[in-house]
Amino acid sequence: MNENWLEIGHLEDIPRQGARVVKTTAGEIAVFRTVDDEVFALRDKCPHKGGPLSQGIVHGRRVACPLHDWKINLDTGLAVAPDVGCAARYPVRVVDGQVSLSLVPGESG
Amino acid sequence: MASMNTPHAPLSSEAAQSAPSGGRAARINNPHASLPPEGAQSVPSGGRAARMKLVLVGNGMAGMRTLEELLKSAPDLYDITVFGDEPHPNYNRIMLSPVLAGEQTVEQIILNSRDWYAENGITLHTGKKIVKIDRKRRTVEADDGTVAAYDRMLLATGSKPFVLPVPGADLPGVVGFRDIADVDAMIDASTHYKHAVVIGGGLLGLEAANGLKLRGMEVSVVHIGDWLLDRQLDEPAARLLQKSLEEKGLTFLLKKQTAELLPAAEIPPNPPLTKGGTDSPLSQRGAGVPKGRGFIRDLSAPRVGAVKFKDGSEIPADLVVMAVGIRPNTALAESAGLYCNRGLVVNDTMQTYDPRIYAVGECVSHRGIAYGLVAPLFEQAKVCANHLAEHGVAQYGGSMTSTKLKVTGIDLFSAGNFMGGKGLEEIVFQDVGRGSYKKLVLKDNKLAGAVLYGDTLDGTWYFELMRDHTDVSDFRDKLLFGRNHLGDSGHGDEKGRIMAMPDSTEICGCNGVCKGDIVKAIHEKKLFTLDEVRAHTKASGSCGSCTGLVETILAATVGGDYSVAPSKKPLCGCTEYSHDEIRSAIVDNNLKSLPETLRFMDWKTPDGCAKCRPALNYYLLCAWPTEYQDDAQSRYINERAHGNIQKDGSFSVVPRMWGGLTNPKELRAIADVAEKFNVPEMKVTGGQRIDLFGVKKEDLPAMWKDLSDAGFVSGHAYGKAMRTVKTCVGSKWCRFGTQDSTGLGVKLEQLTWGSWMPHKYKLAVSGCPRNCAEATIKDFGVVCVDSGYELHIGGNGGIKVRVTDLLTKVESEEQVLEFAGAFAQLYREEAHYLERTAPWVERVGLAHIKARLVEDEANRKLLAERFLISQQPAQVDPWKARAEGEQKHEFTPLTALA
Repeated sequence: MNENWLEIGHLEDIPRQGARVVKTTAGEIAVFRTVDDEVFALRDKCPHKGGPLSQGIVHGRRVACPLHDWKINLDTGLAVAPDVGCAARYPVRVVDGQVSLSLVPGESG
Repeated sequence: MASMNTPHAPLSSEAAQSAPSGGRAARINNPHASLPPEGAQSVPSGGRAARMKLVLVGNGMAGMRTLEELLKSAPDLYDITVFGDEPHPNYNRIMLSPVLAGEQTVEQIILNSRDWYAENGITLHTGKKIVKIDRKRRTVEADDGTVAAYDRMLLATGSKPFVLPVPGADLPGVVGFRDIADVDAMIDASTHYKHAVVIGGGLLGLEAANGLKLRGMEVSVVHIGDWLLDRQLDEPAARLLQKSLEEKGLTFLLKKQTAELLPAAEIPPNPPLTKGGTDSPLSQRGAGVPKGRGFIRDLSAPRVGAVKFKDGSEIPADLVVMAVGIRPNTALAESAGLYCNRGLVVNDTMQTYDPRIYAVGECVSHRGIAYGLVAPLFEQAKVCANHLAEHGVAQYGGSMTSTKLKVTGIDLFSAGNFMGGKGLEEIVFQDVGRGSYKKLVLKDNKLAGAVLYGDTLDGTWYFELMRDHTDVSDFRDKLLFGRNHLGDSGHGDEKGRIMAMPDSTEICGCNGVCKGDIVKAIHEKKLFTLDEVRAHTKASGSCGSCTGLVETILAATVGGDYSVAPSKKPLCGCTEYSHDEIRSAIVDNNLKSLPETLRFMDWKTPDGCAKCRPALNYYLLCAWPTEYQDDAQSRYINERAHGNIQKDGSFSVVPRMWGGLTNPKELRAIADVAEKFNVPEMKVTGGQRIDLFGVKKEDLPAMWKDLSDAGFVSGHAYGKAMRTVKTCVGSKWCRFGTQDSTGLGVKLEQLTWGSWMPHKYKLAVSGCPRNCAEATIKDFGVVCVDSGYELHIGGNGGIKVRVTDLLTKVESEEQVLEFAGAFAQLYREEAHYLERTAPWVERVGLAHIKARLVEDEANRKLLAERFLISQQPAQVDPWKARAEGEQKHEFTPLTALA
C-alpha cells in the first residue's frame, strides 16, 4: 500500500457536509467530510463534464456535482447509477484530528 | 406460532397516526417488521447468515414491481421465491392490446427475463399455481406439490375476468382477455374463423374488438349499457367514440343482454388447416395452450357457434370474448382465512390481517377500492417494499385515476366525477363535425371531473388542476380551451406531431436527447415513469420545459395508463411527506433546525439529499426569519459562494444597480475592478445589470471588498432570491411616461433586495402601457397608467413564457409597495421550493391570491408586515461580510502541496 502520507490540515478545517480543495502539482483534489465525520478524497473533477465536485452538496456518502447534478459516491468515486463514470480516489486518513492524504491514487472502485 | 392467530387490526397505521399528540408526523411502525427469522432450522449450510424467506405468489406487474423496489433498498434481506401460474416470466399485461392488434410482440412486452430472476438470486417457479397456504407452518404449496416456506409472503394474485353465468360459457371458443394465453387463443381463432363477439363495451372489450378487427375478423360488441364505456364516458362522448369505431368496421349491439352461448350445430365452416405455417406466432413460440382454458381446438367437442340474447335474437359467434369486468382473484387468500371484502383487505402499509402477509395489485382492496390501473399498483408496490425492507415509514393513501383508451387513432380521456349531478356545474364544448367533445365538471369553482374526446392534450393539465384543488374562477371562461389559452405559449398542440416526428428530432434541448433515444430507453430499460426516463436519458431533467413532450412519448410508447398521479407528491426520495406537509410541520411543531426537522419527520436518509436539504433550509428560514441559523452546507454552491458558478468552475459577479440606474463613478469602479482582477468578459444582463465573468473563486472576497468600498452590494444574481427590478425611463425623460417608473423601481428594489425566495424572483416597472420594461412577464410587474398603477403577477419570460395576471390596480406608490411586500411574502410562505410564481399561480389559482391580497386588506397588511420583519436580517450585504472574513474557508484552499 501507499504509505506516503502528507498532512493537509485538521478535520475541523473542513466543514461538516462540505469539502475543501487541496492544490497539488497534479491538479486539485477535493477532500470531503460527511455528516458522520468520515473523510474522503477524490480528484476534483466530475467524470461527466469536469465540474468541481468540491463545490457540490455533500449528503450521506455522496456529493452532487454542482454543474449537472450527477451524484458521485465518495467512497468509490463511482457515479450513482444509471450514470456511469468514475472520479479517481485518493487514500486519506484522520489521526487525532489531523488529516493526511496520499497522492498515489487508490484502485478505483 | 401463537402470534399467527392474533387478529391484527388492519388499520394500525391510522391508529398510530392519531396517537401522538400535536399533529406529530408519526412513524408508521410495522409491529412485525422486525420479527426474527424463525426458520432457524433451515439455515443454509456454509455458515451464511440466515436470511428471511420471502415468497411472492403471483408473477405479475404489481408483485414484481414490489420486488424490484425491495431489491433496490434491501437487496440482501430475503431469500426470494416467486410462483406464477402462467408459463411466462413477468410481462407487461397492459400491452396485451397492442400485441393482439399486432403492434407489438410478446418478446417486446416481457419486463423481467428469466436471466433477471437468476441474476438477482430469485427462485422462479412458472406454470405453478399455489393451491394452499398453511399459515401455521408458514408454507405454500403449488399444484404440482412444490412446497416453499416463508417468513413473509406477498400475495399479488391479480384479478380474473368475470365470466357471465350463462349456459354455454364453458364452451370451447369462449375466452377472457387477461393473459398471453387468451391473446394466443384469440390470434389463433382469427386465423381460422370469421365471427367474433365481444361481450362488454368497456375499455378491455373495445381494445379486444379493435385487435380482432385488425386481425381480419368480423367483430360485434355486445354491451348491456345504454352507451359504450359507461363508467368512463358520458353519453355524447360515447356516441362520438361509437361512430368512429363503426367507421373502423366494428358493429355494436347496445342494451343487449346475453342469455346463452349456443354450440355450433356442426363442424365449423372453415375447418382449421394443418398445423404449421398458419399457426399464430405465439403458438410457434411454444407459449402453449393452457390447461383448463375454454379454447381448445378439439374438433370432436362442439365449439361455440352463436350468442343468443334475452330478446330471443341470435348472432353467429366462432369466438366469444368475455370482457364484462374483472374480479379480484382472492380465492387463495380466502381459502387461507384471510379477510376479503371485494378484494383482499389491506391497511395503508399494504399488510393483510395476517401481519406476515402483504398484498399488492388488483387482488387488493384498499380503503374499499380495488385498483385496476398500473400506476396506483406501482405506488402500492413502493409502499409495500418499504415495509418489507423494514424501513417502516411509507403509507399508501389511495390514488386518483384517469382513463385513456389504447385504440390507435382514437383519443379519449376521462377522470374524476364527469357525470355531473347535484351541486355540480358543467362546461361543455361539442363539435360533432370535427369529432371533438369536452366536458368539465366543476364543484365550488374547482375541477371535479373531465371527459375529453378527440383532443385530449389538456387531459394532464385538467388532472393536475383536480389534484391540486386549484380555484379556477379566474379562468373559467378559458378553461375549456386548454392551457394554451392561458398565455402559455411553451405548450403547443403537438401530440400527433410528436409521435409522427422522426427519431432524430431533438426533444430535450438542454441535454441533446432525441426522440429515438427516449423511445429506445423506454423499451430497453423497461421504463414506466417520467422520473425513470429522466434518470436514464436526462431528457427533461434540466430546465424541464420538455416535460410535456417526454410524458407524451412515454404514454404513447408504453401505453396510456401511465397518466395517473399519486394523490400527493413527496418532496424527494428521502421522505413520504409533501412540501406542504413539511412546511406546516415546521411551523406547527416549532422545528427550528435541519437536524431537528429530519429527526422529527423520520427522514429515510441520515442527512437528506441535494434536493431536500436546500428546500428545508429555505422553509426553516422562511418560517423563523429572525431565529433560524442558516445552513451554508445545505445551499447550492451559487448561494454559498454568492456568485454564479460557470462551466469551468469560475464565478460571475453582478453588482446591484438599483432600478438599473448607474453613474460614471459606479461604472468607473466596475471598470477598475474588472481590470484589477483580469476579468476576461463583461456583459449587460437581461435584468439591466453588468456581469463580470471568469472570476476565480479565491479572488471573490478581494473583488467584493473593492466593490463594497465603491458602494455596491451583491446583486443576488445567483440566488433563489429577489434578483432585479427592471425599469424603463419613465416620466422623468420619456414623453409618454405617466409615472416615475425608475424612482418607483429603486424603491421596490430597496424594499425587496436580499430576500430569499422559493425560486428566483424578478420585478419590473414600466412607465406607461407601452411596457418597455416588459413588466408583464415578471413575477411582479407594475405598469404605470395616468390614473395609477396596474399590478401584475405570475409572469415568466424563461422556459415557458407566461404573461402575468392582473392582480389589481392601485393609486399610490405606497400601495404598490404594500402589495409588493405582501405578494412576495405570500409566495414565500406558500409556494413549493423551486416553484416559480407562474406555476404557483396556476396551481393555487389567481382567485386564491386575490382573496388573500385584494379582498382581505387586513391579511395583506399582515403579510406585508411579515415581509418587512424577514427583511431586517436578510438585508445584510453578503459580499461585505465575506470581504471582512466571514466563511473564509469557502474561498481558500485547505492547503497547497508542492
